[in-house]
Amino acid sequence: MNTNRSVSRRDIIRALAGLAGASLAAPVLAACGGEDNPASTAAPTATSQAGTGSGGSAATATSAAATPASTPAGTPAGAPATGTVGGSLTVYSGRSEQLIQAIVDQFAAASGVEVKVRYGDTAEMAAAILEEGQSSPADIFFAQDAGALGAVAREGLLAELPADVLDLVEARFRSPDGLWVGISGRARAVVYNTERLSESDIPPSILDFTDPVWKDRLGWAPTNASFQAAVTAIRVLRGDDVARAWLEGIRDNGARVFENNNAIVSAVIDGEIDAGFVNHYYLMRQLAEAGGDLPARNYIYRNGDPGALVNVAGAGILTTAKNQEQAIAFIRYMLSPEAQTYFAEETHEYPLVAGVPTDPNLVPLSEIQTPDIDLSDLADLEATLEMLRDVGLL
Amino acid sequence: MTTSGASMPQPTATPSTQPARASRRLWDGAPVPPLLVLPALVVALLMVAPLVYLVLRAAQAGPELFDLLWRDRTLMLIRNSLLLSAAVTAASAAIALPLAWLTVRTDLPGRRLWSVLTALPLVIPSYVGGYVLIAALGPRGALQGLLEVIFGIERLPEIYGFFGAWLTLTLLSYPYVLLAVRSAMARLDPALEEAARSLGLGPWESFRRVTVPLLRPALLAGSLLVALYVLGDFGAVSLLRYDVFTRAIYNQYRGAFDRSLAAGLSLVLVAMTGVVLALEARARGRARYHRSTVGVSRPPTRVRLGRWTPLALAYCAAIVSVTLLIPIGVIIHWLIRGLRAGEPLWLVWSAALSSVSVSLAAAVVAVLAAAPIALMAVRHSSPLSRVLERLSYLGYALPGIVVALALVFFGARYAPWLYQTLGILLVAYIIRFLPQALATLRAALMQVSPRVEEAARSLGHSPPRVWLRVTAPLAYPGILSAGALIFLTVMKELPATLLLRPTGFDTLATQVWSATAEGFWARAAAPALLLILLSAVPMAVTAWREGKSDG
Repeated sequence: MNTNRSVSRRDIIRALAGLAGASLAAPVLAACGGEDNPASTAAPTATSQAGTGSGGSAATATSAAATPASTPAGTPAGAPATGTVGGSLTVYSGRSEQLIQAIVDQFAAASGVEVKVRYGDTAEMAAAILEEGQSSPADIFFAQDAGALGAVAREGLLAELPADVLDLVEARFRSPDGLWVGISGRARAVVYNTERLSESDIPPSILDFTDPVWKDRLGWAPTNASFQAAVTAIRVLRGDDVARAWLEGIRDNGARVFENNNAIVSAVIDGEIDAGFVNHYYLMRQLAEAGGDLPARNYIYRNGDPGALVNVAGAGILTTAKNQEQAIAFIRYMLSPEAQTYFAEETHEYPLVAGVPTDPNLVPLSEIQTPDIDLSDLADLEATLEMLRDVGLL
Repeated sequence: MTTSGASMPQPTATPSTQPARASRRLWDGAPVPPLLVLPALVVALLMVAPLVYLVLRAAQAGPELFDLLWRDRTLMLIRNSLLLSAAVTAASAAIALPLAWLTVRTDLPGRRLWSVLTALPLVIPSYVGGYVLIAALGPRGALQGLLEVIFGIERLPEIYGFFGAWLTLTLLSYPYVLLAVRSAMARLDPALEEAARSLGLGPWESFRRVTVPLLRPALLAGSLLVALYVLGDFGAVSLLRYDVFTRAIYNQYRGAFDRSLAAGLSLVLVAMTGVVLALEARARGRARYHRSTVGVSRPPTRVRLGRWTPLALAYCAAIVSVTLLIPIGVIIHWLIRGLRAGEPLWLVWSAALSSVSVSLAAAVVAVLAAAPIALMAVRHSSPLSRVLERLSYLGYALPGIVVALALVFFGARYAPWLYQTLGILLVAYIIRFLPQALATLRAALMQVSPRVEEAARSLGHSPPRVWLRVTAPLAYPGILSAGALIFLTVMKELPATLLLRPTGFDTLATQVWSATAEGFWARAAAPALLLILLSAVPMAVTAWREGKSDG
């Protein structure tokens, strides 16, 4: 926080200069309408740096991954790998400050890197990175979902990550081209009230919830981005007709519409509804906050069903990154045992690196057969949004 | 230029005899001081930046843009947007006119308090207002809870769709009309009404035929702000799920990551803005509204409400409860619920300080930027001044994300030294909100007689000196309310702040956003409450002052 504040004060002074200059700049800006001319010199430097950067520290990080996680606050096992980095790093984060600032601070302390994090909405951040083009001040894009990473990667703005970093994470949770890597996993789940239902009552496929026995017992949040990605997955896997029929079926079953996942989980706990479609960690957070037991559990599909989608929050390094070494150190740290433990314990997500224990209340990732889908394909939300509107849900 | 102006006393006579013709001479070097034109042109150039960006981007879109535009759906969205805009504007005027009259022209008990309270809904951000309305009036919201206890009603009709969006936007934006009309009403010369009465018109007739036409510019200025605000709003319509044009634009950014199509759609929104502006221009006409004879206007006489007092009080109380008490009540409820659940009181004072200082700076800069355009529009009306004035509305009716991305584009590529500084943030605020300052200043200036300025000029003062020593003091209340309006709007601004702020620069609005994005309602409550309270201060002070000056 302190570093942030000093930054902003310096910027106040810069702002005065900036304001004076703004009026002068405007005509120039309007005049040079030139476009996205990729100053492609940046890319080769980036890759060569990435190559050198991966050398010594890589081995330490991988070996650290094998050791069981210790206390996140103590001196991390991976510290020697990152301890000597120094310099600074700019992260554009679509993940909120509430969720990741603590682990970012740990990285800064461990590596001596001064980390500047810009927080914002994942999709808007992606749009900003695309607009900045070759002039982006960002080194890293840390996104809430794989779709936004895919959109930035498609415009050639993400650089290939070192193989040893990519290899820390299973292939299904990273970019097929090695342009981004998943940091933590977020499974789609059916949250159900344990006083009304038992696990065996959950139908074999999420598509079966259109059965009239579920009339007036369900809840969902059609405006939620994760839900929309899940619908996109159904579209990609089973086709638009199936997806539309499913949406209409659930709607006709009188599913109650909620603003967000938390509200669904609360409604299930209160017994207002019997079950709802959510991301797994909302219940985990409420369980952790409640301290005791709550009458609700997650059911996570594991049979390759469209309902068995596991999306990731992930990160990629920009081709224009000026701080390649620090950027790689950052991603390496996020995949280190202490950071992965942080995501497992504090944000209640799935750790994606082998050897880091998953919350015992969760079905381990190894037991979830996720549908065969490239997570960056979930970027194409537009048709999904249109379908949701057609069905009258948006 | 200034010396020639000062040495020629005659021109002052010309405009008063032939105002319309004399004012058209600007293009061929009529007496508009360059000191006015140059800054006005610079500001106008800033205003055009988003348009340039949109044209550049849209030019990259392929034929799919035309496919997108030529669908029935596009027509439906345009219709929905215009319908919502018209309905909210009409409802705002209907709420605001009686409120303005009651608080300015009657003996309503607690007039000044009411005039402060009824202006305050403006400080509630639409993204908070939308949530609150759903929480309060939703199918199973607080109202339903109350009705269930009393009448056993288990479910209220859905508020989603046109009705909810219309209600939210009306309740949050009627103060634009109220403020404009009220200050015009307070400065209205009662001699005109008295003359009408003395010529045999009844009270209602004289109100209709004299007062209302005199209020027309203020009514139009306020309505224009509401109409364009609604066209560009995304927060309320998305929460309340009414399908309008801005949602199509956001879907391109968020759903498809397609900036070219988004730009193409935004240009359609620009065209819609143009239509609204043209309508307003036609309605506004060329009339002049200052006194044309010597003399000073007195404070208006007050109508005695008598037995109507309880009804008037009930009306004010109803509006204030729905627009102010319910939202603040819901937020306090969230806060208490969170504190009970052991949530720490999440208040970062540095964010409050950032919010206040950046909003203050924006208020000052926006008023300074609006002044030359307003002076030109009122004192040296010409095709150029009208173009400049219209241009300033461009950024106002565009969704915040579009303006923000335009500045990301220009800033990152061509002005990296300015990018992600407070400087570019202030530029964004000016582009987004200048019309608010402009409309208020314009209305204030229209009621300052040029005779006074001409007198000062004839005594040998240069134009800038006249503006500073004569015009500004006379228009002082207008300048203050323009600043207050910008202040509170910037306090709650979100999309541009998120994308353009210096890294690590947190405001109360970004904190509310940060908490609500993850569904931490209790954590959003404290900064939201502080945001509302702090924004309310300048608003309350100006409204209170206004009450004093006519009381």
